[in-house]
Amino acid sequence: MSLVRTSILSLGAALLFTSASSSLAASSEVDFKAAYAAAEAANKEAGGLRNQWTVTAAALAAAKKAADSGDFDKAVAQSKEAEALAKASIFQATSEKEAWKTLEIK
Amino acid sequence: MNVRSAIHLALGLVALAALVAGVPPGLAADTPDPVADARAFQKFFTDKFPKVTLQDFVNGPYSMNEDMHRQWEEKEQFPPYEFALDMGKEMFSKPFTNGKSYADCFPNQGIGIRQNYPYFDEKEGKVVTLELALNRCREANGEPPFSYVKDEMAALTAYMAFTSRGKPFDIKIPNDPRALEAYQNGKRYFYTRRGQLNFSCATCHVQSPGERIRAEVLAPALGILNAMPIYRSEWSGMGTISRRFTTCNSQIRGVPLNPQDDEYRDLEYYLSYVSNGLPISGPGARP
Repeated sequence: MSLVRTSILSLGAALLFTSASSSLAASSEVDFKAAYAAAEAANKEAGGLRNQWTVTAAALAAAKKAADSGDFDKAVAQSKEAEALAKASIFQATSEKEAWKTLEIK
Repeated sequence: MNVRSAIHLALGLVALAALVAGVPPGLAADTPDPVADARAFQKFFTDKFPKVTLQDFVNGPYSMNEDMHRQWEEKEQFPPYEFALDMGKEMFSKPFTNGKSYADCFPNQGIGIRQNYPYFDEKEGKVVTLELALNRCREANGEPPFSYVKDEMAALTAYMAFTSRGKPFDIKIPNDPRALEAYQNGKRYFYTRRGQLNFSCATCHVQSPGERIRAEVLAPALGILNAMPIYRSEWSGMGTISRRFTTCNSQIRGVPLNPQDDEYRDLEYYLSYVSNGLPISGPGARP
């Protein structure tokens, strides 16, 4: 019984350690490049829909600046924010293709 | 079933589908009707602001508030756009290097024609705004184009608007499906939400005219272009229609398009058309 308990506790500790170490792991340049490319691709798609947001461009610029200074954690975080903003602008443009009619004066 | 009865059955189904849809074949249910749109647009504002006369909507925020209206009347004694007007008049009359001038590019030598812009050019298949026509005139005469958002263009359009003061907007939509499409595109742009703030042009200028946004009183969309170009105290200078459109987009955290992109030309076409009958009052002054 105590062996089972010890095993469970050990497993729990191991999981906690794994989880903590993965969230504390520093981002690399490779992580940044992947995150930045995804954000840029989403923003390009928003551009095709003629609906880019200024805040997306600002987040992309902040990501690049952070990467240039070697702060890849911040660079990845800014890239992910840029990607989320770009995706929101794509959603907006797509839903507005019909939704604009609800505002029309008739 | 033989071939003949199969054909009859197919034709019957097509006719039934058309009946169910309730519209004649080839005509969409939401075909634009600019005349009805303009009527509804003007009625919306006159119903919303029963004390404001139709003609007074061209005075923007000054038509919405008695105190501001008084301030505007005082401002008009020494209008802040006067220097631009003088500059525009001088620029307009000065010949290009080749000896020709702006007058050679426009009907009636460019005097008293503002109310007819923008127009739909059936040859090009697109909307042509006054700002665009001015730059095309310059380029056709070997001169470099002006920036669409800076003082020179504002001065030229200020002078041309001044020569049209009091003349009602008279925007035409020719019997050309491309013109109707441009009008409809402009309408869609006007009502489409964009930018991180999720605002459309209508959010401010249809839903909230007369309301304050920070220290400013929002102008009604009806007559909003009749006063262009404008001197804005906020800008400490003159602004063209292009400057107004791009700035609006930035303010709602949207990346502006290039001045005179099709969307902006179509938007100007729509907004001008629904203000048909209201007088040109430009150049104007705004807080």
